[in-house]
Amino acid sequence: MRKTHSVVLAFVPAALAALSLTLPAAAADKPVLTVYTYESFTADWGPGPKVKAAFEQTCDCTLDFVSVADGVALLTRLKLEGASSDADVALGLDTNLVQEAKDTGLFAEHGIDTAAARVPGGFSDPVFVPYDYGHFAVVYDTEVIKTPPKSLKDLVEGDPSQKIAIEDPRTSTPGLGLLLWIRSVYGDKAPEAWAKLRNRILTVTPGWSEAYGLFTKGEAPMVFSYVTSPAYHMMEEKTDRYQAARFEEGHYIQIEVSGMLKATKHKALAQQFLSFTLSPQFQSIIPTTNWMMPAAATAEPLPEAFGKLVSPSKTFLMSPEDVAKNRQAWIREWLGAMSMN
Amino acid sequence: MLSAGQVRRGLAAGGASLAVIGVLVGLPTGALLGLAPASPAAPLFDAYTLNLLRFTLLQAALSTFLSVVLALPVALALARRSAFVGRIWIIRLMAVPMGLPVLIGALGLIGIFGRQGLVNRLLAMVGVDQPVNIYGLSGILLAHVFFNLPLACRLMLAGLERLPAEDWRLAASLGLGRLSLLRHVELPALARVLPGAAGLIFMLCATSFTLVLVLGGGPAATTLEVAIYQSLRFDFDPARAIALSLLQIALTGLVLTLLSRLPPAEASRGEGRAPRRFDGQGPAGRLADALVILLATLFLLLPLGSVVMAGLRADLLRLVALPAFHQALFTSLAIALAAGLLALLLACGILAAQAAIADRRHPSRLLAAFGRLLSAVSSLVLLVPPVVLGTGWFLLVRPHADVTRAAPLLIAAINMLMALPFVMRVLAPAFESHRLRTGRLAASLKITGLARLRLIDAPVLTRPLLMALSFAMALSLGDLGAVALFGSQDLVTLPWLVYSRLGSYRTQDADGLALLLGLLCLALTALGTAGHRREP
Repeated sequence: MRKTHSVVLAFVPAALAALSLTLPAAAADKPVLTVYTYESFTADWGPGPKVKAAFEQTCDCTLDFVSVADGVALLTRLKLEGASSDADVALGLDTNLVQEAKDTGLFAEHGIDTAAARVPGGFSDPVFVPYDYGHFAVVYDTEVIKTPPKSLKDLVEGDPSQKIAIEDPRTSTPGLGLLLWIRSVYGDKAPEAWAKLRNRILTVTPGWSEAYGLFTKGEAPMVFSYVTSPAYHMMEEKTDRYQAARFEEGHYIQIEVSGMLKATKHKALAQQFLSFTLSPQFQSIIPTTNWMMPAAATAEPLPEAFGKLVSPSKTFLMSPEDVAKNRQAWIREWLGAMSMN
Repeated sequence: MLSAGQVRRGLAAGGASLAVIGVLVGLPTGALLGLAPASPAAPLFDAYTLNLLRFTLLQAALSTFLSVVLALPVALALARRSAFVGRIWIIRLMAVPMGLPVLIGALGLIGIFGRQGLVNRLLAMVGVDQPVNIYGLSGILLAHVFFNLPLACRLMLAGLERLPAEDWRLAASLGLGRLSLLRHVELPALARVLPGAAGLIFMLCATSFTLVLVLGGGPAATTLEVAIYQSLRFDFDPARAIALSLLQIALTGLVLTLLSRLPPAEASRGEGRAPRRFDGQGPAGRLADALVILLATLFLLLPLGSVVMAGLRADLLRLVALPAFHQALFTSLAIALAAGLLALLLACGILAAQAAIADRRHPSRLLAAFGRLLSAVSSLVLLVPPVVLGTGWFLLVRPHADVTRAAPLLIAAINMLMALPFVMRVLAPAFESHRLRTGRLAASLKITGLARLRLIDAPVLTRPLLMALSFAMALSLGDLGAVALFGSQDLVTLPWLVYSRLGSYRTQDADGLALLLGLLCLALTALGTAGHRREP
């Protein structure tokens, strides 16, 4: 039987050769600005291709994206690579990760003028530049839910037979967003609120994709997502079926930011890119590709669908330091409230 | 009897396989530990971890029990009915769940058993107004049975088909009844594959992640794997991740050791083809078997059907024409083929060493221990979380090479490790019975080398090798974990393409791509079972 070895052995070099064909081609000769980001940013339909084309027209450089699964994976990747990272710019962290990112000591102050930035909650930072934002919201199916919850309290205390799919704060940023939202509204009473809400929760998924998949498949009539989610369905699928519920207390916000790495060899180019993210050119690309709100003025008015979106009366945002300090304790609390028999 | 040279070469092959596994697992673990802060942020053994542990073991034990017990009648029935139309396609379909990204499988299950699924809609029509809720332990068990019953069934069926035809003739001439047949013929054959199959399924269920969270209904249903992923990806606490991984390996290893204490039966000397059966030819027997096979097929087909229905709503022609699809298809197939072949190679090395050890009538203690180490390592490797391997290798490779360029090789290597236990389950019993049947004869006829390969090994071993390869490739095709960390726009596999569509509202495209991925798995399995056709 050892001889069967040699048959198998003969195939291995062929397979390895095939593998090497999957490797990417080498880069060009202009200066290369490497931007680490998340996957949906660089997808065909994402902002990446348009941003690359627009920036390369102004910079006489090559803009290279390296994309990982999400903002959290992005930070992990930077931690793993440390000071020797190829990244010049990291684009796609959110405000909850900002403190952890600063603690790595890998980021440099951007030193650019961010006066153009206009985000609710007034985020302003010497290291990170906001490029878009989105308020979290409960998105519901109008064909199933006739009277959507009007407040977080409504959601918590409402009919437990109308289910919602939420994300896990241990593994996903929207999940953490809901945790912080309930904290912001209920304070120390948050565990009691979770204990009540628990009956309405269909399931807790590892990430946004799974929860949203359950929602669009009709399994859950509500999902924890963004105020901007309905814009996608209105513009790309021409349907008003999915809407976000406006909550009286206000909405928690997720602000996406980018920053420059200390180790960059193209500091001027990196700063030019960070400034570019606040330009009307970049900002006009964001709404209909990243499905988030622009963080600065756009060249043209936003598409009509964006005018129909919920505009929150109040914005909740905890300071990155508070989040970093309390996250573990609050997650433990959440586990306790959600696992009680 | 093997010559001294053959024994030496066999042991060397096993040593080489072991070394490869050791390097692939040991180096990244070391690299991660080197990165670890002095003290983990949270205590390892608190109430939280103990709860995870309890739940992990409970759900894995129940899932394994149900998968195996429910697969038993299906395998027996399929073995008895060796010639009905469509049989081969039922067996091929059984490989599809393994190659589907778990989330797609879960959505398929939800399409049938979910709150708005087929079952609840039927119940509503007959006037049941409260929907049956699967979220919780029941949902997890349902999903694990869906994914693992087919696996158990295929392994058991292979075990039954290795029984020699004379056993059935003898049983028929003795006029053995149903129960005696089960007790004296079928169960001993199954006992050879059962501990291995159960152990494999137990490990798969113990390390389950997405299914447990999506169908578990809340954090009360959380496995250790979730905590490992959380501590490495979200909290970046490598020390904790590795401590939890070791805990997972130790505990599951303990369970597997208990399983391996089940008495192993004599190896069978079957002919490696489905023999003619004389039992169960009465109308009652036929009806019962038909019913069992029908139920199992429905259980498998309905969720797959819901995946197909969802996929057909997508614009398949556009998806197939996408350059991104071609690139991903090529990358996935190349990685899967490399991973599959490497896993076969690794397994052959281990099996050669085990054959060399078994050939000794009284192996020394050292040799016996080496044999046990080989089997333990080749199955426990499934418990090492891919996220740990991926992160560790990333750390190791980066200072010396471009990670993007090395990534396909690393993913293939990680997939190879994951596939190894499956490949071993398929190959070990087949190689063992082949060795017992032909070893002495070949030695006495002095048939060696290529002649032996062509005349003796190839006709019998091609089929298990192809089956093992198709298992390994399907597993690698459906795997997302290893890719997630290395991902860049230059390295996109099919599951990554599916998830990226799901991650940006494009559910319909994702459904379409998942259908294509499922068809690809089916095609691969068809190749892997091509040998079945040639039977009389």
